[in-house]
Amino acid sequence: MPVDYLPILVMIAIVTAFAVIALTLSAMTGPRRPNPTKLSPYESGMPPFGSARRRFSIKYYLTAVLFILFDIEIIFFYPWAVLFRDLGWFGLSAMGTFMLVLLIGYVYVWRKGGFEWD
Amino acid sequence: MSLSVPDLNFRVIAPALIVALTALIVLLAELVTPAPRKRWLGVLGLIGLLIAAGATVGLWGAPASAFGGMVVADNFGLFLTLVILLGAALSILLALDFVRAHRVDQGEYYVLVLFAVVGMILMATATDLIVIFLALELLSLPLYILAAFKRADARSLEAGLKYFLLGAFSSAFFLYGIAFIFGGTGTTNLMKIADALAKNPRNDLLLVGAGLLLVGFAFKVALVPFHWWTPDVYDGAPTAVTAFMSVGVKAAAFGAFFRAFLVALPAFAFDWRIVLAALAVLTMTLGNVAALLQSNVKRMLAYSSIAHAGYILIALVAMGASGLSSALFYLLAYTLTNLGAFGAVIALSDGERERLEIRDWGGAARQYPFIAAMFAIFMLSLAGFPPLAGFTGKFLIFSAAVETGWAWLAVIGVLNSLVSAYFYLRPIVQMYMSEPVPGWDRIRVAPLVALALVLALIGVIALGLYPTPAIVMATGGFLR
Amino acid sequence: MINSLWLIPALPLAGATINAIFSRKLPRWLVSVIACGAVGASFVVSLLAFFAMQSTDEHHRVFNVSLFTWIPVADFKVDVAFLLDPLSALMLLVVTGVGFLIHVYSIGYMDAERDDGYGHFFTYLNLFIFSMLMLVLGSNYLLMYVGWELVGLCSYLLISFWFHKPEAASAGKKAFITTRVGDFGFGLGVLLIFTTFGTLDFADIFAHAKLIDQSLITIITLLLFAGAVGKSAQIPLYVWLPDAMEGPTPVSALIHAATMVTAGVYMVARSHALFELSPFSSEVVAWTGALTAIYTATIALVQMDLKRVLAYSTISQLGYMFVAVGIGAYGAGIFHLMTHAFFKALLFLGAGSVMHAMNGIIDMRQLGGLRAKMPRTYITFLAAALAIAGFPFFAGFFSKDEILASAFATGHTAIWVIGLITAGLTAFYIFRAFFLTFHTEPRWTTDDRRPLTEDDSHRSSVNGHRSVHPHESPAVMTIPLAILAVLSVIGGFAGMPKVMGANFLEHYFEPVFKPHDLHLAASTEWMLIGASVAAGLLGIALAYWFYIARPTIPVTLARRFSGIYNLLWHKYWIDEIYSWLFVDKGYRLAMFLWQVLDVKIIDGAANGLGRATAALSRVTRSWQSGYARAYALMMLIATVIVLGWLILR
Repeated sequence: MPVDYLPILVMIAIVTAFAVIALTLSAMTGPRRPNPTKLSPYESGMPPFGSARRRFSIKYYLTAVLFILFDIEIIFFYPWAVLFRDLGWFGLSAMGTFMLVLLIGYVYVWRKGGFEWD
Repeated sequence: MSLSVPDLNFRVIAPALIVALTALIVLLAELVTPAPRKRWLGVLGLIGLLIAAGATVGLWGAPASAFGGMVVADNFGLFLTLVILLGAALSILLALDFVRAHRVDQGEYYVLVLFAVVGMILMATATDLIVIFLALELLSLPLYILAAFKRADARSLEAGLKYFLLGAFSSAFFLYGIAFIFGGTGTTNLMKIADALAKNPRNDLLLVGAGLLLVGFAFKVALVPFHWWTPDVYDGAPTAVTAFMSVGVKAAAFGAFFRAFLVALPAFAFDWRIVLAALAVLTMTLGNVAALLQSNVKRMLAYSSIAHAGYILIALVAMGASGLSSALFYLLAYTLTNLGAFGAVIALSDGERERLEIRDWGGAARQYPFIAAMFAIFMLSLAGFPPLAGFTGKFLIFSAAVETGWAWLAVIGVLNSLVSAYFYLRPIVQMYMSEPVPGWDRIRVAPLVALALVLALIGVIALGLYPTPAIVMATGGFLR
Repeated sequence: MINSLWLIPALPLAGATINAIFSRKLPRWLVSVIACGAVGASFVVSLLAFFAMQSTDEHHRVFNVSLFTWIPVADFKVDVAFLLDPLSALMLLVVTGVGFLIHVYSIGYMDAERDDGYGHFFTYLNLFIFSMLMLVLGSNYLLMYVGWELVGLCSYLLISFWFHKPEAASAGKKAFITTRVGDFGFGLGVLLIFTTFGTLDFADIFAHAKLIDQSLITIITLLLFAGAVGKSAQIPLYVWLPDAMEGPTPVSALIHAATMVTAGVYMVARSHALFELSPFSSEVVAWTGALTAIYTATIALVQMDLKRVLAYSTISQLGYMFVAVGIGAYGAGIFHLMTHAFFKALLFLGAGSVMHAMNGIIDMRQLGGLRAKMPRTYITFLAAALAIAGFPFFAGFFSKDEILASAFATGHTAIWVIGLITAGLTAFYIFRAFFLTFHTEPRWTTDDRRPLTEDDSHRSSVNGHRSVHPHESPAVMTIPLAILAVLSVIGGFAGMPKVMGANFLEHYFEPVFKPHDLHLAASTEWMLIGASVAAGLLGIALAYWFYIARPTIPVTLARRFSGIYNLLWHKYWIDEIYSWLFVDKGYRLAMFLWQVLDVKIIDGAANGLGRATAALSRVTRSWQSGYARAYALMMLIATVIVLGWLILR
C-alpha cells in the first residue's frame, strides 16, 4: 500500500528541510573575510600545486579495484559465519569453492605483478 | 533452525561448469606458459569446449530444471549451448594465429572468451530474470575487454570503451525492467511471472517492465534503433573478436529474449508482437540499406548482422513451435556462415594489415582460389541463395511467419533479402572479376584458419542440402 | 534409366566443380574437354531418358523421382525431386543439346582469353547449365525457385565477365536489379501458393487447383508471371536484356537467347493448370507478349549494333512465346521456344564469328561485304535469318505459324494482326542486318602495318575505322554453326500444321497439355499460312530494296521521319526514364537515409578515424565521446517511444 511509504516521504522532507535551514543560517550569520590562504583547497597542510584535472596513473585504479574485490568478498563470510553450524558440510564446501575461485584470481594477480607498484 | 538446501543438480549446468573450470585452468596455466607457447592455451580451451559439447549432448532429450528453477537443460537451451560452443570453438581456431599476427598473443584472450562462453550458456539456459541478468553481465564484461584487446590500436580501445559505456547504459534499462516486473508480480522466475500474469492480465507496471526488458535485449542483439554501437564496435574490435561476438552474443541473447517473452510474457503477446514486428521491419530495412553503401567489409558485415537480427526477430513475432525451431536453425546457420565470412577476412590478411576495403579483394580468386571460393559461398549463404544454410534458415523463418498469419512481415523479409543479395555479391564480383590489387599476393594462409573455414563450409553446405537432422533437433522446445 | 535422372544436372555440376578447383593447373585443352564433356554426357543421358520415357505407355509418361526430403516444415515437406515428362524432357534436350554446341563454339571464341579467365568462363558456363537443368527438372516450386535464382546469379556473373569494361559491369548490375523486381513477384507467388495449398509440389497443387477461389488463382498467376516478365525480359522489365549483350557472345547465345530467358515461358507452361483457371491472367500474358513483340521489333528496325538487333529480336520472339502460352497454345509456345533456341543461338554465334573475324567490331556501320571472307558464317547466318523470318519450311515458319493460327482460331484477332505485322518487321530487320553485314560495300580497311595485340580482340568496339583482317573462324566454331543451321532448317517439321501432315509435337505433348485442336477449316488454315508467308517475304523484299537496290532510301526516310527515327533509335527513351525514375530516386533515398541517420548524426567521425592524421585524430577523438553520448541519446529516445506506445496505446 502506498501508505506504507509515508515514513519515507516524511524522512525526505525532514532531511531536505534540515539541509536548507543549516546552509541558510550559516550563510546569513557567519562573517565573511576571505584571503588567498583561506580560499585555497586544504591538502593536508601541503601547499597545493597544479590542477587536479590531469591524468592519473592507471595503477591507482588497479589497486583500488583489487582492494574492493577482495574486501567485498569478506562480506559474504558474515552470513555464512552466522549460520555456520546449520549449513554444515554443505556450507563449508560451498564456501571452500568460493574461496578457491578467489584464490585462483589472487594467485593470478600476484604472479602477474598486480600488487607491485613498478 | 534448519535450512532447506535447494536442488543442486550440477549435472544441469555441467556444460557451463566445464567451460568455467577450463577458463580457470587456462588462467593458471597462463602463468607458467612461456611466450612462444601461448597458443597451447587456446588448444586447452578448445579441449574444454569439446568436453562441454560432449556433456551437452549427454543431457540431450531429458529436460531437467535445477537450482530452484533458476536454470534448465531443455532442448532449446541445449541446442543454443551447442551453437555457442561451436561458435566459440571455431572462433578460437580463427584466433590462434590471429592474435600472434596482431601481437596480442596472450593466454588471457582465451580466458576471456571462455568466461564469455560461460555467460552465454547460462543466458541461454536461465529461467530466472536475475540469472539472465547475471549471465548477461558475465558475457558482456569479457567482451568489453576483448573488443579493446589490441591495446596498441586506438580503434580497438575506442570500440571497447564505446561498447562498455553503451552496454552499461542498456544493462541499466534491463535491470530496471526486472525491478518493474518484480514489483508487478513479486517474482523473477519466468514461469511464476506467467502464472501471476494469468491471474491479473492487465498490469501496467509489468508492461513497463516488459518494455524495458525489450530494450535491454534489443541492444544486445542490435535491433534498430538500438544498434548504433554495432558498426563502430564490430569495425574497431580485432576481427577475431568481432567474429566471436557477432555470433555468440546473438545466440545467447536471442535465446534469453525468446525464453523471457514466450515463457513469461505470452499474456502480453498482443502488445509486444506489434512492437517487435515494427522493430523487425526497421532492423531489416535499415541494416540492409546501410550495408548497401559500405565500402568496408567489416562494416558491411556489421550492418548485415543487424539485418539478420531482424530476420530472426520475425521468428519471435511468429511465436509457436515453428517460429522457435526456425529461429534455432537460423542461429546455427548464421553462426557457421558469419564465422566463415569473418574467417575469410582473417585468412587473407597480411599480418596486421587486413583486407578491409572491398576493393582490396580484387583478383583474390586468382591468388587464393580456395579461400575466395569459400568466402563467395559464405556471402551467398548470407544472401540466402539456395541451396545453402542461409536459404534454408530464411525459408523456415518466412514460412513460420506465413503459417501464423504474419505474411506481410514475411513479404518484407523476402524483399529485404532480395535487396541484400546485391551487397553480398559485391565482394564476389571484386574477387572474381577485377585485376589483383598489388601488394596482396604474399599471404601465407594459416592452416588452422583454413581448417575453421572448411569446417564452417561443410556445415553451410550440409545445412543447405540436407537440413532435416538439424531441423528435427531444433524442434525440441522449452521446458515449462 | 529414369532413376539416373540426377546424373543430368550432376554432370555439369561436377564439371563446374572440377574446373573451379583445378582449372589453373590444367592445360587449356583439358579444361575445355571437361566442360564440354560434362555437358555432352548430360545430353546423352537426357537423350536416353527421353527414349526411356517414350518407350513407356502413353498415359504414364510422367515420372517423379524423389531423391530425399530436403526441408521438413511442421506439417509438410519439400523434396529434392525431379519431374520427367514430355515438357521437361524436351527442355532438357534443348538445354543440353544447344548448350553443348555453344560450349564447343566457346573453345574457339574464348581462345584469346587469358588462362584463368578461360577456366572461369567454362566454370560459370557449366554452373549455368546445372542451374538451368535444376530449374527445368525440379518437381516443386521451391526447387524451381532454386534454379531460378541460380541462373540469375550465373547470368550476372557472365554478363559482367569482362568486368574492367564499365559497360559490362553496369550491364550486369542492371540485369541483376531489374530481374530482382520480377523475382520479388515470383517469390511472393510461391509464398502465396504455399499459404493457399499448403504444399509446393507441382502434382499436388495442380490436382487441387480447381478447388481454389478463382480470384486467388488470378493473383497467384499474375505474381508468377511478374517473375517471368523479369526473367524473360518482357514489357516493362525488358531493359536489361539489350545491355546484357556486353557479355561474351556465347553467353548471349546460350543464356540470353536460347535458354535462361525462356525460363519464364517454361514456367508459365509448367503452371498451365493454374493459368488455365484464370482467363484474366492468361489474357494479361498474351497481351504482354503481343505488345512486347511488336514494340521491340520496331526498336530493332534502326539499331546499328548487330548484337543489339538480335537482343531486341530475342525479346520480340519471347513475346511470341508468351502470346502462345497466354492463349492456351502451350505446345505451340514450347515449339517456338525450341526452334527459336536453334535459330537465335545460330544468329548470335554467327554474330560472334563476325566479331571474332573483325577484332570485336559489331557496329554494322563498320561491317559489310563479309560474304566472300566468311562463306561458312554467311551461309549459316542466312539459314537462321530465313528461319526467323518465317520463310516457308524453315523452322521458324512452322512454329510462328502455329502461334498465329492459334491466336486467330481462339478469337484473338487483334493479337493475330499484331503478330502478323511483327512477322513482317522481323523479316525486315533481320535481313537489314544480314545485308549490312555480309553484302554491301566493305566499310572497314585493311592495314598491315599495325600489329594487333590480343587485348584488342572482343574487348572494345571503338567507333571509327579500324584495321582488320576478316577471316573465317576455325572449325571448332563453324561446326556448331553448321549443326545449328541444319536444325534451323529441319527443326520445324516436328510440328507441321495439320493441313500439311501430322503434328508430331502436339501428340508428343499430350501427357502434359490437353490436345489443342484449332477447329479451323483447311481453307482458313491455308489462308493464314499464306498471310504469314506474305508478311515475311514482304519484309525480306523491303530490306533488299532498301539496303541493296536503293541504299539511299533509309537515309532519306530517317531524315524525313526524323522524329520517329529518333524515338526508335533511342529505344523510346525508356532507359533514360527508368534511370531517372528509379535509379536516381532510389539511390537518393538510400543516400538520404544513410547520410542523415547514420553519417550525419552518428558516424561521420568514426568513419574518418582510420584515415585521419595524428592531428586530426585528436579532434575526432574529442568528437567521439560526444558521439557515444549521441548513441545513448538515440537509444533513450527509442526507449521512450517503445514504452510510450506500450502504455498509451
